[in-house]
Amino acid sequence: MERRYSLGNEAIAHAALEAGADLVAGYPGTPSSEVIDILRVQKDRELHVEWSVNEKVAFENALAAAWCGQRALATMKHVGLNVAADPLMTSAYTGVTGGFVIMSADDPFAHSSQNEQDSRCYAKFAQLPCLDPASVQEAHDMLIDAFALSESLGIPVIFRPTTRICHSRSDVTFGPVSSDHRKGEFRRDPRQYVVIPAHTRILHRKLDEKQPLVVKAIADRGYNRAEIRGKTAVVAGGIAAAYVQEYLPPSVSFVKIGAYPIDPSWLKDVIRKHDRVLVFEEGDPIIEEQVLQVAGTVPVRGKKTGSVPLEGEFSPAVVASILAKEGLIPQDAVPVPGKSVPDLPPRPPILCAGCMHRATFHAMKRVFRDGIFPSDIGCYTLGLQLGAVDTTICMGASLTVGSGISHSGEPRDVVCTIGDSTFLHTGIPGLMNAVYNGARMTVVILDNRITAMTGHQPNPGTGETATGEPSPPVSLEAICRACGVTFVETISPHDLPTMLDVMKRAKATDGVKVIIARQTCVITARKAGIRRGVYAVDPEVCTGCETCVKFGCPAIEFRDEKAVITGLCSGCGICAQICPSGAIGKEVKR
Amino acid sequence: MTDTCDVLIVGVGGQGVILASNVLGEACLAQGRPVKAAETHGMAQRGGSVECHVRIGGTLGPLIPPGGAGVILAFDLLEALRYRHYLAPKGRMVVNRQMVVPTSAFMQGLAVPTVEEALGKLQDLDLCPLDADALALEAGSPLTQNIVMVGAASPHIPLSAEALKAAVKRSVPPKTIEMNLKAFQLGRDAAASCR
Repeated sequence: MERRYSLGNEAIAHAALEAGADLVAGYPGTPSSEVIDILRVQKDRELHVEWSVNEKVAFENALAAAWCGQRALATMKHVGLNVAADPLMTSAYTGVTGGFVIMSADDPFAHSSQNEQDSRCYAKFAQLPCLDPASVQEAHDMLIDAFALSESLGIPVIFRPTTRICHSRSDVTFGPVSSDHRKGEFRRDPRQYVVIPAHTRILHRKLDEKQPLVVKAIADRGYNRAEIRGKTAVVAGGIAAAYVQEYLPPSVSFVKIGAYPIDPSWLKDVIRKHDRVLVFEEGDPIIEEQVLQVAGTVPVRGKKTGSVPLEGEFSPAVVASILAKEGLIPQDAVPVPGKSVPDLPPRPPILCAGCMHRATFHAMKRVFRDGIFPSDIGCYTLGLQLGAVDTTICMGASLTVGSGISHSGEPRDVVCTIGDSTFLHTGIPGLMNAVYNGARMTVVILDNRITAMTGHQPNPGTGETATGEPSPPVSLEAICRACGVTFVETISPHDLPTMLDVMKRAKATDGVKVIIARQTCVITARKAGIRRGVYAVDPEVCTGCETCVKFGCPAIEFRDEKAVITGLCSGCGICAQICPSGAIGKEVKR
Repeated sequence: MTDTCDVLIVGVGGQGVILASNVLGEACLAQGRPVKAAETHGMAQRGGSVECHVRIGGTLGPLIPPGGAGVILAFDLLEALRYRHYLAPKGRMVVNRQMVVPTSAFMQGLAVPTVEEALGKLQDLDLCPLDADALALEAGSPLTQNIVMVGAASPHIPLSAEALKAAVKRSVPPKTIEMNLKAFQLGRDAAASCR
């Protein structure tokens, strides 16, 4: 036993080691990424760890290992489970022999996501158990138990931490790392693993027959518990349970929900002991709906009555104000915010100084002045601030949205942007489809050779695996040509004249054109020790026109009517190429 | 000084806000104190606003309610203004007397308060302003300004200086331990003249 101050995802990663996980596969996505990022740099690793090309690929790799009797973990963010939803639904039918846990990290408030979907809905949809931790320690303990639960029931288990678990820290007790590993052995059984109609109808019935066992197994584990203390009950799930406990008076019953499915007879028994029930849960009203089913005449307050917000994340302040409004705590128990200062300039995240994407967006906007810019998911979504992102919906959708716009009869140029990792994730089918069906558009692959936004994970283009072994880097050019694209040009975004020239040629060419804008991510370049020298503004020559300031590089400030380049400069040199008066040059070492 | 204390640390991505919060967390562990913390990820390289909540003695949720922070460490004046409503009525704010102007403000020509204006909007608080950048340079590297700030806040945090220093040693790169311990002491000394 060891006590550590640990990040939620670090505790989850360690729990996987304690459980003796044999295979861990995932695709990076905030807030889930650190689990594999921690495991992949472990020394003396006894398990297979991989960054897969996408979540469906990760899921199926892990599922197969569990079919071979191993303990397997697939990690992803909530929207990643959409990509893996196809195997998810049927894996509930086939079941597993080894323990299979799917970590789907939810992001209430969409801190860094395209939506606020609730993974508990998938658990219900697929008829699988779901564990929903309320603290870092509980996340650690639940993940270990999730493997055992999966093995005992013979079905996958969904583990659903939220951002405030994954990215919070706490004192945590860790157990010893297990050296007990299983060697995979595939036992041929077509009736389980070949889901032709004749087999799958039977498998469906078996899954249904298993449900009472699932309910009992969850009930036996005690993740759902009630402290009956009065005639009013507060029911809370996930981290909302922790917030509620900060304020709940001793005369109000507290019902904590940490796992699904909830035993309906237990819940009915608990709820019917009360005159009034209030339900707190982030995400969808899943607990609330189940409480309503058993409540009879007991009034239930929650999202459906408008007492609790449907959207966003909770906080102690939100929970306290609702408890006061519902009359459960006095108004003066609610913390009062101090005075705030209005109208402050915001400080959103922006592309790094010297980021290749900024230069590429600049060239795009110059050549395709009235173009339409479907984009995708990655650092480059920050190009929104530069007016270079018109659509973002999900991974890979820049290409498909682009071809759809082109087929709609919209006459303007369509220029899609997509990162290298996103292109490999789900972009390729969209490109193939666009060529096959005769779309007219330009595709700019922003190839910085890394999955940057989520913390610089390698991908098949990088040339190494998650654990650092060399791998053959895939050729984006060859993939594009194989999809039928004839205009495939690779350029460096640091060479503005060439980039402008290639884009002009693409604009003048019909069909689907691909431009691969390739440059190492500035962060990986810096870590690799690449120094390009820095640039400076000659104040005598600077006219204060602000062309470079509007470029939006964080290394460029504007003071006393002149541009100034700060210590953030990483030497990309684009500002020197766009300055109309030639005032910017490489700084001479003094 | 109570046994539990909510500390909010705010700044700009890249200033070492998360590392500063780790020092407090590690010190809690060293003193056998429970702790809960919440942090903003992914901003370090991208210059966004960063907030870390550290609840010394915390056993429940990791988030501090606005109006609940006993101590705020603000690495930047603009962020001090943005988060000042988190300070408890009798709380103290330790603030670095400098401001990084957001790039978007330059691009869009937004009004940005000056250092003096910003300090003026904080005058009603129990405020300890210091030049953490200069003290960090004195300690040996501008990168130690986060530890200068922790040192400056340390007299108001219910953790021992010894535990905090041990936590600094655990949290910073080995080669920079001496420099960071000096930064801690310079911050602590500077704050002594605040009152």
